[in-house]
Amino acid sequence: MQDVITHGLAAIDAMFAQAKAEGRSAFLPYFPIGYPTYDESLAIIESMAAAGVDGFEIGIPFSDPLADGPVVQAATQKALEGGATLHKCLEGVRELRARGVDQPMLLMGYINPFMRYGIDAFVRDAADAGADGVIVPDLPPEEAERIGAACQRHGLALVFLLAPTSSHERIGLVAQKASGFIYVVSLTGITGERQSLAPDLADFIARVREQTGEIPLVLGFGISRPEHVALVSKLVDGYIVGSALVRAGGDGVAAARALTEQLMPR
Amino acid sequence: MPLDKSSTQAVAQLESASVPDERGYYGDFGGRFVPETLMPALEELTVAYREAMADEPFRARLADLQATYVGRPTPVTYAGRLSEHLGGARIYLKREDLAHTGAHKINNALGQALLAQRMGKQRLVAETGAGQHGVASATAAALLGLECHVYMGSVDMARQQPNVFRMKLLGTEVIPVESGSKTLKDAINEAIRDWVTNVDSTFYLLGSALGPHPYPMMVRDFQSVIGIEARQQILDQAGRLPDVCVACVGGGSNAIGLFNAFRDDESVELIGVEAGGHGIDSHEHAARFADPNVGRPGVLHGTLSFVMQDDDGQIMNTHSISAGLDYPSVGPEHAYLRQTERAFYTAATDDETLEALQTLSRLEGIIPALESAHAVAEAIKRAPTMPKDSIMLINLSGRGDKDLDTVIKALEA
Repeated sequence: MQDVITHGLAAIDAMFAQAKAEGRSAFLPYFPIGYPTYDESLAIIESMAAAGVDGFEIGIPFSDPLADGPVVQAATQKALEGGATLHKCLEGVRELRARGVDQPMLLMGYINPFMRYGIDAFVRDAADAGADGVIVPDLPPEEAERIGAACQRHGLALVFLLAPTSSHERIGLVAQKASGFIYVVSLTGITGERQSLAPDLADFIARVREQTGEIPLVLGFGISRPEHVALVSKLVDGYIVGSALVRAGGDGVAAARALTEQLMPR
Repeated sequence: MPLDKSSTQAVAQLESASVPDERGYYGDFGGRFVPETLMPALEELTVAYREAMADEPFRARLADLQATYVGRPTPVTYAGRLSEHLGGARIYLKREDLAHTGAHKINNALGQALLAQRMGKQRLVAETGAGQHGVASATAAALLGLECHVYMGSVDMARQQPNVFRMKLLGTEVIPVESGSKTLKDAINEAIRDWVTNVDSTFYLLGSALGPHPYPMMVRDFQSVIGIEARQQILDQAGRLPDVCVACVGGGSNAIGLFNAFRDDESVELIGVEAGGHGIDSHEHAARFADPNVGRPGVLHGTLSFVMQDDDGQIMNTHSISAGLDYPSVGPEHAYLRQTERAFYTAATDDETLEALQTLSRLEGIIPALESAHAVAEAIKRAPTMPKDSIMLINLSGRGDKDLDTVIKALEA
């Protein structure tokens, strides 16, 4: 996709630049390593890469994923039962790079396994394996000093989240600390497919945009259908689809790839 | 209506401790590790709590309900036959088992439910392990006319049937949790997910001194009435402060409620008792402090504390005969008290606990909750090693009626 191989923040910036040049938003599917099995999860991610997605949110399984709905809960639980560990996930990222997956990969996981691994060691090893950023759903900016410093040292993005409940002050705080992009949670709730997107989404995005300026906004939670994609493409710089793809991934590589293609930006 | 003097004093003395700091930290522990969606709610709650505690009518209402509804102050009982039997320290029991609903949990549930009402939240969600906090929440909701939903692991529902029925009678919906270990940890996950989804209308009534700031502080403050009363009562009855205070520690709300009043009394040793399950070596326990192989600093349910976890940082399933102690983390202030060596922590096994439950029942005519029996078990070990003129104060955090089924099965096995 890119002529010059870049890593970390630079790769993420290039991803948004390319999408913008093509007049569309970037598509970052979420998929956890280890579901349905380790090998199948790599094959699914590889097939999504081949379909031409812009980047990835690579799920790191955790025993108590309190921001996740039933689909991701069940999938990551199955991954853990199959032996997924943080070490194994980093190995998976390395393997995906070796197989030629060149899109930005952001590791999405809860803070405790990262702490157990050692924050500095984790960020170093994640960068070494080929990851470009980290998203930690239970880590607000107030608690992120240590991992933020480590990410900065290694040139990785540390992505913070905003939600419809975020106050003016909190939007300002996240805008000030943002790196890579801001993950905008589309709804007040947990991850999972929804019939329709929140009716006041445009107002919420506008409220965020007022303070975040040029920082790319990536929307996630609830997005699961082509008509959602058409809608959000007009509003934000990128979008994440998780549960719908995880569910499809449970039916195998072909199903995941087919849904990925339906959800590509247009 | 005239207020009971000690209850009024107790409410007036809340918020006295020097921790946490503004970010909710107790030394290295505590904080706020939650999804962004909840951060504004926690900020709002912190402000609302401060305002409520500075509001005289709010404090008066809480003190009035403590006196006329909960039945505070609960007595301190001298356990003469147990003391004689053990042949050492004079043992006193703080009788939280005599509080309305049969455990200390009502102190916090009522405080938080009043706060919810003051904040205009009509719906409460709560988690429960043993069912005591669920019953306390359901009771407070009924009293104040609030809607209440309680999440409870299906394993816990099976072993605490009477409390499930009590909650239903009180008009609360009990929602079974089938994920993970189907116990308290998973019930908290589900309660948090509910709160994330319904944060605008809903107040999360957390039952122990854990979770994200301000919960550990708020729960401690509402439970501090235990220690404030007990300190005065033991001064009145024994003429001096105790040498040792003992309390069981799951999340640690009854223990912190007792310890807080004695924090500055350097002569008073504070002992927390964790659930030793089948023994520390068995790895089937809930002793976060006692087993350094698995109990390490980590984050669970929004707070940084000691957490039972594997080498990969996955939270481990715990075991205890007592549902209320069957939890892989512990309140951050306990981690702080331990780190600063102000309090010490030990464990009692299931077997020791069952033995203690029977001993107290036979010698004092008091059937303790299995949770509280852990503290009694420590007393049985420790009291004989202490001089006859020394004083030990045990927090008898709840009564054992809810556990009869478990105890019968365990004793017949």
